Amino acid sequence: MMKQLSQRLLGPVTLVLLALTIWLGLWVTPPDKIQGQLARLVYVHPSVAWVALYVSFGTATIASALYLWRRTRSMTMDRVAHCAMEVSVVFILLTLITGSIWGRPTWGVWWAWDARLTSTAILGVLAIGYLALRRANDDPALRARRSAVFAILAAINVPIIHFSVDWWKTLHQGATVFTANRTLLIHGIQAWTLLISFVGFTLLFFWLLRSRYRLEVRRESQSRIQLDEALLARQREGAVA
Amino acid sequence: MIRIALLVAGKDLRIELRSRVLLWQVVPFGVMALLLCGLALGPAHAGNSSAGPGLFYLVILLVVLLMVNRSQSIECSSGTRSSVATLGLDPAGVFLGKSLALAVELWTTGLLLLAGAVLVLHTALHGSLVALPSIIVTLGALAAAGTLYGALTAGGDTTATLLPMLALPAFAPLLIAGERSFSDALHGGGLWQWWVIVVVALVAYLGVGILLYGVLEES
Repeated sequence: MMKQLSQRLLGPVTLVLLALTIWLGLWVTPPDKIQGQLARLVYVHPSVAWVALYVSFGTATIASALYLWRRTRSMTMDRVAHCAMEVSVVFILLTLITGSIWGRPTWGVWWAWDARLTSTAILGVLAIGYLALRRANDDPALRARRSAVFAILAAINVPIIHFSVDWWKTLHQGATVFTANRTLLIHGIQAWTLLISFVGFTLLFFWLLRSRYRLEVRRESQSRIQLDEALLARQREGAVA
Repeated sequence: MIRIALLVAGKDLRIELRSRVLLWQVVPFGVMALLLCGLALGPAHAGNSSAGPGLFYLVILLVVLLMVNRSQSIECSSGTRSSVATLGLDPAGVFLGKSLALAVELWTTGLLLLAGAVLVLHTALHGSLVALPSIIVTLGALAAAGTLYGALTAGGDTTATLLPMLALPAFAPLLIAGERSFSDALHGGGLWQWWVIVVVALVAYLGVGILLYGVLEES
């Protein structure tokens, strides 16, 4: 009962939180003293990057590791990893696009050879590579094994992206919300808007993941039905001949 | 595990010695790629550019892709996989053996290409010799990573296109670290930061390979 209710509420709650983010971000919060209206991207870009790097890629990696562990090995884990990686590709692209929109007026270029930008783009290529690897293997078990190993290998990039702003002193700013000693840098309505945005985009990920998972289950079942029908048709042809 | 690794490495290297693909195909390809890099820079810049270490590693990456394809095609020839499965060889040993064989081939090719970089791109000889230990470790890490990615993409009809797509982004940190340590050696700077990345990558890829190569080889 509770599970059904939470599943039904996931979509509407996500939409409400995202609408709230738009309203607070565009109309209620004040513009920045230096960056002006451009600062409003802070209510989108960090949340999207959070989902891309940690939530979706993390889900795909954990599901892949659980698939490889014999005790928890099941096609459900493989499906979750696949669907999370697909959503991750979308969020990585959104991260790069929103970052570019910020970069053009701030740095003067759409793309800079910055460590975080470059490593995020590499992660995007790896995520697309994961999907290509899946398409290249027809055997479901082989496909699941290979893509699970690849997801774990690709996840090595996530800590590199996270610490890139500390390891290489490049254009991208360091920690924005918290300082190194955990002091909050954003206050009041701006902090609340940012928090709502983080929760909203995280719920959006789980909503998309759930929808994509259901679609994948239906697609697999449809493929099985089509295969059975094709086999039956062949058998009938054989009987007539 | 070590005994199996040495057996597999010996088998791969013997096949290489007999077929001479490395000598007659891979090395000439690497030299041609090095010359093309010089041509792309232009005659005025090819000899006095600071891009030498980067171009050396770029050519190395292209060569690694060829070698990984070659190394995996040996395993994919008819009956090989089933024979290995029947023998019950430890997959970690097979992974280490294939990585070792690939590393030996890469070290050989790397030395020849380094000589080519000194000759064609005028990379300083003394600095290149100082950079040699870091090059050896970087090529070792590339061999371990290449063996893993080769096993991931082996067997299908899309291997040739899939391998570069999956492996090149993973090789990027090694390219950066290798290039920086080579450049530092040329300019007499401190090498240790880039050494750390290369050594961590080598240990990580060897660890993942030892743990997961068996999963990739499961039938």
